[in-house]
Amino acid sequence: MFIRFIMTLVLVTACSSASARLEILITEGINSARPIAVVPFKWLGQGKKPQNFSEIIAADLQRSGKFNPLSINNMPKTPSNSAEVDYAAWTKLGIEAIVMGEVKPDTKPGNYIVTFELLDVLTGNVNMADYNPIMDKRRNTVATNQLRQYAHRISDIVYEKLTGERGAFLTRIAYIAVDRKSSHPYQLRISDYDGEGEKLVLRSKQPIMSPSWSPDGRKLAYVSFENRRSQIYIQDLYTQKRELMTSFPKINGSPTWSPDGTQLALVLSKDGQPEIYTFNILTKSLQRLTKNRVIDTEPSWAPDGKSIIFSSERGGRAQIYQVSLTTGKTKRITWEGEINLGGTITPDGDNLVLVSRHNGNYMIAVQDLDSGELRTLTKTQLDESPSIAPNGSMIIYSTVYQGKQGLALVSMDGRFKANIPSNNGDVKSPAWSPFLQ
Amino acid sequence: MNRSIISKSLLIALPMLALGACSSNSDVDAESAEKNATQAVEQVVDDVQTNTIEAIELTAEEQLAQLYTDAILKTTIRFEFDKSLIMPDYAMILDAHAKYLVNNTDKTITIEGHADELGTPEYNIALGERRALAVSTYLENMGVAASQITVVSYGEEKPVNLGHTKMARIENRRAELVY
Repeated sequence: MFIRFIMTLVLVTACSSASARLEILITEGINSARPIAVVPFKWLGQGKKPQNFSEIIAADLQRSGKFNPLSINNMPKTPSNSAEVDYAAWTKLGIEAIVMGEVKPDTKPGNYIVTFELLDVLTGNVNMADYNPIMDKRRNTVATNQLRQYAHRISDIVYEKLTGERGAFLTRIAYIAVDRKSSHPYQLRISDYDGEGEKLVLRSKQPIMSPSWSPDGRKLAYVSFENRRSQIYIQDLYTQKRELMTSFPKINGSPTWSPDGTQLALVLSKDGQPEIYTFNILTKSLQRLTKNRVIDTEPSWAPDGKSIIFSSERGGRAQIYQVSLTTGKTKRITWEGEINLGGTITPDGDNLVLVSRHNGNYMIAVQDLDSGELRTLTKTQLDESPSIAPNGSMIIYSTVYQGKQGLALVSMDGRFKANIPSNNGDVKSPAWSPFLQ
Repeated sequence: MNRSIISKSLLIALPMLALGACSSNSDVDAESAEKNATQAVEQVVDDVQTNTIEAIELTAEEQLAQLYTDAILKTTIRFEFDKSLIMPDYAMILDAHAKYLVNNTDKTITIEGHADELGTPEYNIALGERRALAVSTYLENMGVAASQITVVSYGEEKPVNLGHTKMARIENRRAELVY
């Protein structure tokens, strides 16, 4: 299933599955999470159950850093619908909420009927007619190949009901893998947010950098050195169609999509120093935003699309600045730390996530944009490329872990941490997709 | 190299003229005196014959080294952390390459700028370019035409040392001269 490109044979895209599988290993933050029970879904068909729903949902909720699912061994009972629940037994264990469900074969082969309920244990234990413990209850017909996605969908619903914030379990991660044993070592891959379903979407003999998702989650912009120079491409993930965006002399770098999907912010050094530009994808027109004799790079759009933040050495060492697209005025926004790089504003517009250097260590940090207060979230030395989940709950970034470059997760409050070690070469430059449903 | 082919052919051609009608299979001639004895009587050059041996040839690289010193064989310029200043140790290497490029205006060079893993990949692309440009400016100041030079920055994407130690970083902060 390879597509050959007219330009070069060096490069092929493939929709075959890559050999590596990323696995999330939680290292910190379970103790402070809310206790919850995800009871194994009851299988009402013959033979082996088609998908382990409770395992996927419990893992999702645990990885959010906000919930601590009860182990199955410690469950007083394993009910599959609300009529069977003894609330007192769960209250005794301090469980706040129960997720349960049933799966049965549909009359149409290859389809299943999945029901689930989310119960509030405290309300159930009070047992008053006016208070319904059922927070949510749904019944859906799901095809075999959609079962895993539907489990993430249940996680999204549970998460939103219990936190008031939208879940981000039906999202994906794009990242660069470097497999030096391969004929095409530089690989752009995409997996579900939990590392499942990894797909190779581009591989090359020369480096690939800076993947950035389109706001509709359908395309990636990235930098490729396939022609022994930096060029910016856009690739449609559903059709594999690639389009060359910029190929100016010297640096073509750091593309990031505008929130409305019509423009890229990017870096070009064709006129001397690396400068920030906006580039209209349709008309290919360029607008230059910075002009000075030092490095300006790493543009990132504010969620409202009205300004762009970027890293600049105009004040000496690199710090983060913000340029308004309406007035053209630029202001410095980071002051703490030896060096600050790679900034992105959170989806709610309240915080700045960045790479901050302290005592020579590069760590992921978050700065409150109102107060200017900066908190480092990680304790490692070589953290870079932070990318924020679309619900603003979690940051994925690249770090060096046991001598290899791999990915890691940290919650926005810094309490939850997980490593996503690579079992096959280096993995870096993660980019969290927007909401995909 | 053209020069060596020409000089090699001259080395062979001159003694051949002296040998006159000698067999072209000159390698065995000196040993086959008996066979040539009858012919020798008829020859003008009476009893004396001469022959050649292979000249000890320098490789193309060694000949370049003779012309431009050993410095031209070195193609890596290292830099200090977060710096793009050319250190004095590397002047001789760059001088040799500049001299070669000035003497051979049909030759072109690509200067690849590289950075260590410290700092973000995007920042390191900018830093790598600054290093490559520092090399380019040096060569241009020595008289190399800008049209002979291409600059590309790979930032931290192509380390020569895959480790994460201080030594690895020293090796990875570099510009590479590629012909």
